[in-house]
Amino acid sequence: MLQALQIVISGAAQGCIYGLIALGLVLIYKTTETVSFAHGELMMLGAFAGLGFMMLAGFPFWLAFVATVLAMGVFGVALERAVIRPILGQPAFTLVMLTIGIGYVARGLVTMIPAIGTETHTLPVPYKDQIWNVGALVLNVEQMVVIAATGVLCAALYAMFRYTRVGVAMQAASQNQLAAYYMGIPVRRLNGLVWGLAAAVAAIAGLLLAPITFVYANMGIIGLKAIPAAVVGGFGSLPGAIVGGLVIGIVEAASGFYLPEGFKDIAPYAVVLLMLVVRPNGIFGDKLRKKV
Amino acid sequence: MRFLFKTSYLQDVRLAKHGGHVFWYGLLVLAMVAAPWLVSEYWLAQLTFILIYSVVGLGLMLLSGFTGLFSLGHAAFIGVGAYTEAALVGAGVPFPLAMAAAGLVSAAVGVVVGLPALRVKGIYLAIATLAFGFIVVEVFARWESMTGGNAGKHVKPPELLGWSADSDLSFYFICLVVAVLATLAILNLLRSPTGRAFVAIRDSEVSAQSLGIHLARYKTLSFAISAALAGIGGALYAHKLKFISPEQFDILQSIDLVLMIVVGGIGSIHGAFLGAIFLITMPQVIAQAKDYLPAVVGQAPGLQGAVYGLVLIAFVLFEPHGIYGRWLKLRTYLQIFPFYRKGMFKRQKSFLKSDRLK
Repeated sequence: MLQALQIVISGAAQGCIYGLIALGLVLIYKTTETVSFAHGELMMLGAFAGLGFMMLAGFPFWLAFVATVLAMGVFGVALERAVIRPILGQPAFTLVMLTIGIGYVARGLVTMIPAIGTETHTLPVPYKDQIWNVGALVLNVEQMVVIAATGVLCAALYAMFRYTRVGVAMQAASQNQLAAYYMGIPVRRLNGLVWGLAAAVAAIAGLLLAPITFVYANMGIIGLKAIPAAVVGGFGSLPGAIVGGLVIGIVEAASGFYLPEGFKDIAPYAVVLLMLVVRPNGIFGDKLRKKV
Repeated sequence: MRFLFKTSYLQDVRLAKHGGHVFWYGLLVLAMVAAPWLVSEYWLAQLTFILIYSVVGLGLMLLSGFTGLFSLGHAAFIGVGAYTEAALVGAGVPFPLAMAAAGLVSAAVGVVVGLPALRVKGIYLAIATLAFGFIVVEVFARWESMTGGNAGKHVKPPELLGWSADSDLSFYFICLVVAVLATLAILNLLRSPTGRAFVAIRDSEVSAQSLGIHLARYKTLSFAISAALAGIGGALYAHKLKFISPEQFDILQSIDLVLMIVVGGIGSIHGAFLGAIFLITMPQVIAQAKDYLPAVVGQAPGLQGAVYGLVLIAFVLFEPHGIYGRWLKLRTYLQIFPFYRKGMFKRQKSFLKSDRLK
């Protein structure tokens, strides 16, 4: 029982990371209706940016955290302006190819940084390697921070989408771009902002993940597991992304423990295939059909 | 300028539309047949790889370029074909039979993947094939009695009635014949009702359905044919490398394949070949260019990935019809000189087409 709880907690921590990346994917899906395959790489860039701020610029952790999130937000806006906007309105797969290209370039360029790119780094966070004992339960502080931060971030995002002007405008644009445009909502500028927001969330995911794993150029591969998370939750549903992430994370942790070796790596993909067969719209997805 | 005056219906059906086609493709075939005596051994090996990737590319082109279904797990089908071939040739089956079996097994797997994929569209299909690809690679790695696991598996040279194609020369000709046959098969398929149905599905599922095209059947068929070609390509790939292991068929290979057809020119048969040429020669070009770059850039390990990504971004942004599209523009420019206008191939801008809207 205790063991199961332990597995669920560590799975949930991992799942929160998937959920945060999936959150970015869902945000982008809601505005541009495509999947970004570069999101894992944005997370990787965020982790490296945090590393750079702490190691090279000598910032304390909290300042580096804020600086990284801001920098990645600006980067997201710039990325949207430079390469995404020119191809808006093209078929969905065009953007998929584009983001795959962006991912390649990001990974390649980071690997090319002399002496840093090919190494594996640890991010020196203040809560590194601490453990809480709650009864017989051993809680890893890094994992607790991930779960708590995800909760806070979700609340903040919920408040933003519910109560602020720009949040409501984003919702409108994601429901019907054309109608939103007619209502005078600056859809293009919002798209840029959404990319910035998605990149910032990815950066936070990267900073949270960094103490648990390490910082290295290929850590973006985890972004490929966030896609199943987004599908399971239902592409287009923000709470769904977090729930999907938790489902994927916990299934992965449980199958790593209870099933033979090898099942851990494919568990997310087995879950997503099952989900696509049973309920393609995901747990929270709306069932919509295109009408002619 | 060339004007085609059609005087019989046969001219509509013929594959070679005019004398120029006959001349240039004839010349190409002659050059390919003479190639082993014209180029060095190294380039012959590269040429063999180009032919193998072209066969796979044709399959993926049929699926993505002509049916509008995207697959991010096509390397898995190559893997299925390669392991089937390795097992059968290892058991002493003559290679044409083994190759056919590789194609059939791949096609069967393709149908299995295609079935759940029928319920989902567009981006979801890409995700389903991605997930499938991961699972297949894991199966390759774990099913050790069959595949040799992560340690890999050796592949015997192709054999037929005591004759063994163990030299590079004979294997090159096997690849050439397979590639030519595959091209002719796809060309013929595309002008048949089935092929027309594929293109109709690509252009609009709703209108295809209302014209009486059975979506599920044709999508599954497209998946099966595409997987079969990938499997045959995989069989050749196994023989060429003589050694196969699971990581050769992972997601990176799948993305390379998609990159190949996008760069080559999506929606054209030429694109599969041009893309294969790009994919095989690009690492050589990068390797050559390394000597001229400063050491910080040239010797960095991530250079190839960065260049691939940049090329992909450049093509998506500036030339969505790929290398073949660029050639079409150049040819039109020359044909109608001096009347070429800048906007002749301009993409139609549209507001975001939504599948979600009610």
